[in-house]
Amino acid sequence: MNRNVKDIIVESITGICVLVIIFIIVSILTITIVGGWPNLNWAFLSEFPKDGMTKGGIFPAIVGTAVMTIIMAVAAVPFGVITAIYLAEYANEKSVIAKTIRFAVKTLAVVPSIIFGLFGLGFFIGFVGKNMDSLFSGGELRWGQPNILWASLTMALLTLPVVIVSVEEAIRTIPRDMREASLALGATKWQTIRKVVLPGSVSGILTGTILAVSRGAGEVAPILFTGAVYFSSHLPHSLSDQFMSLGYHIYIMSTQSSNVDATQPIQFATTLVLLFLTFSLNAVAVILRYRIRKRTK
Amino acid sequence: MNDIKVKVKDLSLRYGTNLALKKISMDIPEKMVTAFIGPSGCGKSTFLRTLNRMNDLIDNVAIEGEVFIDNINIYDKNIDVVNLRKKVGMIFQKSNPFAKSVYDNIAFGPRINGISHKSNLDEIVERSLKQAAIWDEVKDRLFHSALSLSGGQQQRICIARSLAVNPEILLMDEPASALDPISTAKIEELIHELKKEYTIIIVTHNMQQAARTSDLTALFYLGDLIEMNKTEIIFSNPAKKQTEDYISGRFG
Repeated sequence: MNRNVKDIIVESITGICVLVIIFIIVSILTITIVGGWPNLNWAFLSEFPKDGMTKGGIFPAIVGTAVMTIIMAVAAVPFGVITAIYLAEYANEKSVIAKTIRFAVKTLAVVPSIIFGLFGLGFFIGFVGKNMDSLFSGGELRWGQPNILWASLTMALLTLPVVIVSVEEAIRTIPRDMREASLALGATKWQTIRKVVLPGSVSGILTGTILAVSRGAGEVAPILFTGAVYFSSHLPHSLSDQFMSLGYHIYIMSTQSSNVDATQPIQFATTLVLLFLTFSLNAVAVILRYRIRKRTK
Repeated sequence: MNDIKVKVKDLSLRYGTNLALKKISMDIPEKMVTAFIGPSGCGKSTFLRTLNRMNDLIDNVAIEGEVFIDNINIYDKNIDVVNLRKKVGMIFQKSNPFAKSVYDNIAFGPRINGISHKSNLDEIVERSLKQAAIWDEVKDRLFHSALSLSGGQQQRICIARSLAVNPEILLMDEPASALDPISTAKIEELIHELKKEYTIIIVTHNMQQAARTSDLTALFYLGDLIEMNKTEIIFSNPAKKQTEDYISGRFG
């Protein structure tokens, strides 16, 4: 075949694939915005659901998602960063411990999210929560049931491998030269990590963790059994409260609705809000990366 | 000849099963420049890195023998490597300033040693930059990124950064090999100035550089120390045929 013809074919195939991707993204955005935008108003954002969820807003779901995301980040990010530091800086590549951790992280990353949900139910609620109840409140049911803490921790487990992998990659981008320069000045290993390695990789660490967290913010499966509820008449005011979440709300609206015509606009508007929140988190990651790169150049 | 600063006795080093240094012994005098020359892979850089224990960072390295600095064996179990490296500074082949301002680069060492008073730091930064003959070029942009400087300037920043922790010995691993002739000349001039106060050990590929800058020269070949003597003797009347062949360009 003529070289030129081959080139044209390859270019066409790659071009078509790109177009398909663009088409999918544009479709998702168009459908969500067209369906959701007309129903989006301040009342929708600031009110509780009313009349059997067919009217009113999604305020508790927004707050629930935000609070869950924050608790998840507080749990997953430090843990993930510390593990990544260990893997990148301290672990001997060939040691059994490092290999075991790497294997565990990889395995964790491919576990389906519903399994995390079941694990959360069995471990956090059935084991940790139950034992806390029998130790602290004489068996009275408080922690041994689904709540926002257990849901957030389950979600943290889900995002942990992503945090570890992206932070480790960011740390490894710091060249050996820089570490040697620091050590040759009489810095200890920890001083080198704290003053050279971490500052140099902070943009990678931040973007990696924000992306991981935003991925988790929209997940539903892990919180199905561990804390999310169909409806709550109040905001969670303690860690042992259950909560509403945007992702779960969309799921409920689309599968459990008694009046599809009434709930469909709510569904679309909720989707738009969820998309907006996750896109905003991603945008923050991009801006942070850009600004930090500019500063260090 | 000045007093002995570094005394190496029967030092061998293995990477895995590969014997990279074979029972090296030598005396390095204080406040003089000692140059290590030899073809690539002869062990001269590896040997240099045994003197501040930088090879400790590499897995799979086994070292035998002794290195005495001021009569203390730096491979003794009680030696604090961090303190050793404060005393024995190192300049690398590729200039490696941190992605920080000129000021923060120089202040890095003093800061990790707990100096935090601004006036103290200012003074150390100025003194170190002056010693490294780069103060005039950077005094107006102390708070600009060190990465915005030229390669030659970056290398002198790295030298200033080492000087800021008050070392006694400076190890230089081909410090000018990536630089243009003018920057190289500046580094060589600087070495000449610095040897009044510091013991300098320099690895170089460039024989003219060794001849110009050093008082003593040691030739390495395949992990052996072939010959070490005063530089003028090595370059005019070496004892070994191998040395003569190498410096006249017949091998290596």
